[in-house]
Amino acid sequence: MQTPILKMQHITKEFTGVKALKDANLDLYAGEVHALVGENGAGKSTLMKILTGIHQKNGGTIEFMGKPLHLKSPKEAQDMGIIIVHQELNMMNHLSVAENIFIGREEKKLGFWLDDKSINQKTAELFQKLGISISPTETIGNLTVGKQQMVEIAKAISYHAKIIIFDEPTAALTETEINELFCMIADLKKKGVGMIYISHRMDEIERITDRVTVMRDGEYIGTVNTKDTTKDEIINMMVGRVIYEDPKTQSTVSDDAETVLQVNNLTMYPHVKNASFSLKKGEILGFAGLMGAGRTELARAIFGADKPDSGTVFIHGKRAEISSPMDAVANGIGYLSEDRKRYGVAVDLSVSENSVMPSLKKFSSLGFVNSAAIHKVSSEYCEKLKTKTPSVHQLVRNLSGGNQQKVVIAKWLIQNSEILIFDEPTRGIDVGAKSEIYTLMNELAQMGKSIIMISSELTEVLRMSDRIIVMCEGRITGELDIKDANQEEIMKLATKRESAG
Amino acid sequence: MNDIIENIKTKGMQKFIALGALIVLYIAFSVFGTNFFTVDTLVSIFDASYYIGFLAIGVTFVIITGGIDLSIGTVMMCSAIVGGTLYNNAGLPLWLCLIIIILVGGIFGLGNGIMVSRLKLPPFIATLGTMMVASGVGSIVSNVQSTTFPMRSAADGWYKDIFRTADNFPTGIFVLIAFTVVAVILLNKTVIGRYTFAIGSNKEATRLSGVNVQKWETVVYVLSGLFAGLAGIAYAATYTTILPGAGQGFELQAIAGVVVGGTSLSGGVGSIIGTFIGVFIMSVLKIGLPYVDLQPHYQTLITGIVVIGAVLLDIYRSKKEKSVKQKS
Repeated sequence: MQTPILKMQHITKEFTGVKALKDANLDLYAGEVHALVGENGAGKSTLMKILTGIHQKNGGTIEFMGKPLHLKSPKEAQDMGIIIVHQELNMMNHLSVAENIFIGREEKKLGFWLDDKSINQKTAELFQKLGISISPTETIGNLTVGKQQMVEIAKAISYHAKIIIFDEPTAALTETEINELFCMIADLKKKGVGMIYISHRMDEIERITDRVTVMRDGEYIGTVNTKDTTKDEIINMMVGRVIYEDPKTQSTVSDDAETVLQVNNLTMYPHVKNASFSLKKGEILGFAGLMGAGRTELARAIFGADKPDSGTVFIHGKRAEISSPMDAVANGIGYLSEDRKRYGVAVDLSVSENSVMPSLKKFSSLGFVNSAAIHKVSSEYCEKLKTKTPSVHQLVRNLSGGNQQKVVIAKWLIQNSEILIFDEPTRGIDVGAKSEIYTLMNELAQMGKSIIMISSELTEVLRMSDRIIVMCEGRITGELDIKDANQEEIMKLATKRESAG
Repeated sequence: MNDIIENIKTKGMQKFIALGALIVLYIAFSVFGTNFFTVDTLVSIFDASYYIGFLAIGVTFVIITGGIDLSIGTVMMCSAIVGGTLYNNAGLPLWLCLIIIILVGGIFGLGNGIMVSRLKLPPFIATLGTMMVASGVGSIVSNVQSTTFPMRSAADGWYKDIFRTADNFPTGIFVLIAFTVVAVILLNKTVIGRYTFAIGSNKEATRLSGVNVQKWETVVYVLSGLFAGLAGIAYAATYTTILPGAGQGFELQAIAGVVVGGTSLSGGVGSIIGTFIGVFIMSVLKIGLPYVDLQPHYQTLITGIVVIGAVLLDIYRSKKEKSVKQKS
């Protein structure tokens, strides 16, 4: 092949102390479809945001069409012909198809007078060339996600794109729409457009890409020719980090432990499809899967935060009607959100105020709160959980991530919850505090609490769980006992799509 | 033809509900009110609609971007006071003073625009501040005295003819319609309007498309300010005397008209024609209620209920839109 049109070398990027990219490389030829893969948090998105001018790199070099590239804004990237088709479509829903495509580049008369006839016509011509049958005057919000995506791709092409980046383009598409997308990609390939294709779907990568670059933990791992490699090899490259945490090898739950939670056929379309599982007393049940697999949505449905379409929940063998978080709390369920600052703690309230938030009723009479009792119980739990805070009057804002998490745990322990749902329990928590949280979770399980742990970190899932449930696209694709589980097996289940199944 | 029906179905539903409500209201007051159905009453409905109408048209742009402008009521009064003071004390010709009134409104709008777009203040807070600033400036400029514009009989009384002639012909309605048409064109046929909808629909996507969002957001607030200035002229022509420190509450009447007319407070959706109709609904209520023996305080109460109803309808509608989209 010729020389690459894009060469990114040794790219580094730091976000307030966190190294998102340590040493990332990527090169791309004209007319090539290049897959970029890696686990959640491997740095794919950050790298692409640098390429499209949304973020600025801290180090490294980018060469585009043989010249060094220094992007300062998304507009500059667009003008150079580097376009991204976002995973979450970036469209103005209330505007028409043509208006969306030509936003910022309107056809004008006298400088401000819009010539919509002209953009409608240009859109129609563009669509005809691409074989898309959508009316240019249709409102974007009325189109299906697949159609919206086609519009976005057409928009990219209308910029005379030299590089198009697809970020998980098929996540919300039907089988027919995917085929149409692939036809379009094949066309673009012929026209010499270089494409970067981010996806978790191995079968798609095998089907349409020429090369695969694997990233892990912000670093470049390697690039292979798609036809010379196998799915397993790619997965190995993705997960093959040195395992510095000892995985659990044996479940600590006895076979005759009571089933405390039973979920049957829970569906919340399109996020959760027909999910059934059970949770035993004293068990840590890991939920693995890729981002968007529907794990958080399932948890929120069980907790009553969102309303499922159908399905039943049994607690201690009894049918539980949970239609709000209030019902869930009354049934002994506690939810520890993945987004702690938004949904877990009230950062401007004190440790003690946060600790008794769900159980304030217990500590008040006739509407008056019993401050002494609150002080006592929150101090007691700070001590028990080794929460590092100068006093229980400290504002939660001033605590570290790990200690904030402990406050959330205390909150549910004081409420005497039996089932605790940990959603990404160690996100945003540094390594030292992580193991403290792990120890705490193990102690909770020994006390007889039952834990559902949603985690995107495979090492964490393997270290903590007694049993692992893997989800993909809203369905439960497998259940593994810890003694049979390993990273490769989980990854396979997590990418097991319905049609490929 | 089918297109038109389709368009009414998807976009104009609330506009037609509003128009229907306006007609029903007018007929109801005519039937149940004593002496409501007269030319004089109609003229006073018009009189009450001019300044609120200008305010509402201007703020419609801001609301479509997903913002709000609470300052328009006091900015209207402050601009009129500045213009009137210059006329009375500095002896400037009246036509120049009227232009200055519009410009003063524009300057307040520019201030709002800079605070919202560049300094990233929430529109509610920024314009609440401007509301008080304008009220204060008006009192300072006028030295806490009321400002009187020339009477109809005075030499410079011609400006009153813009809104009503000596023999009670409501010329103002044509002025209001003319500016409504201008606003409709601005919103639907020019770049300003396109970016107004785009920003309200998805600000970040608009920015990532390479649009200078800060500039256009500022332009929209300036437009709102200019229309507030225009409202100041209408108010002066209709009521002659401007009291310092007044104007608070008019912004809410105008916003109520906008919302009743189907513009969504969450941005991205709205129409000037809807606002026009909404303003008249509010005016018919205001003028009509005394005719069925309900005093002004009832008007405040009923206005409140109408606004809550309109917002509920808006929320219900966008919820329904969402659920339809998810299922498809």
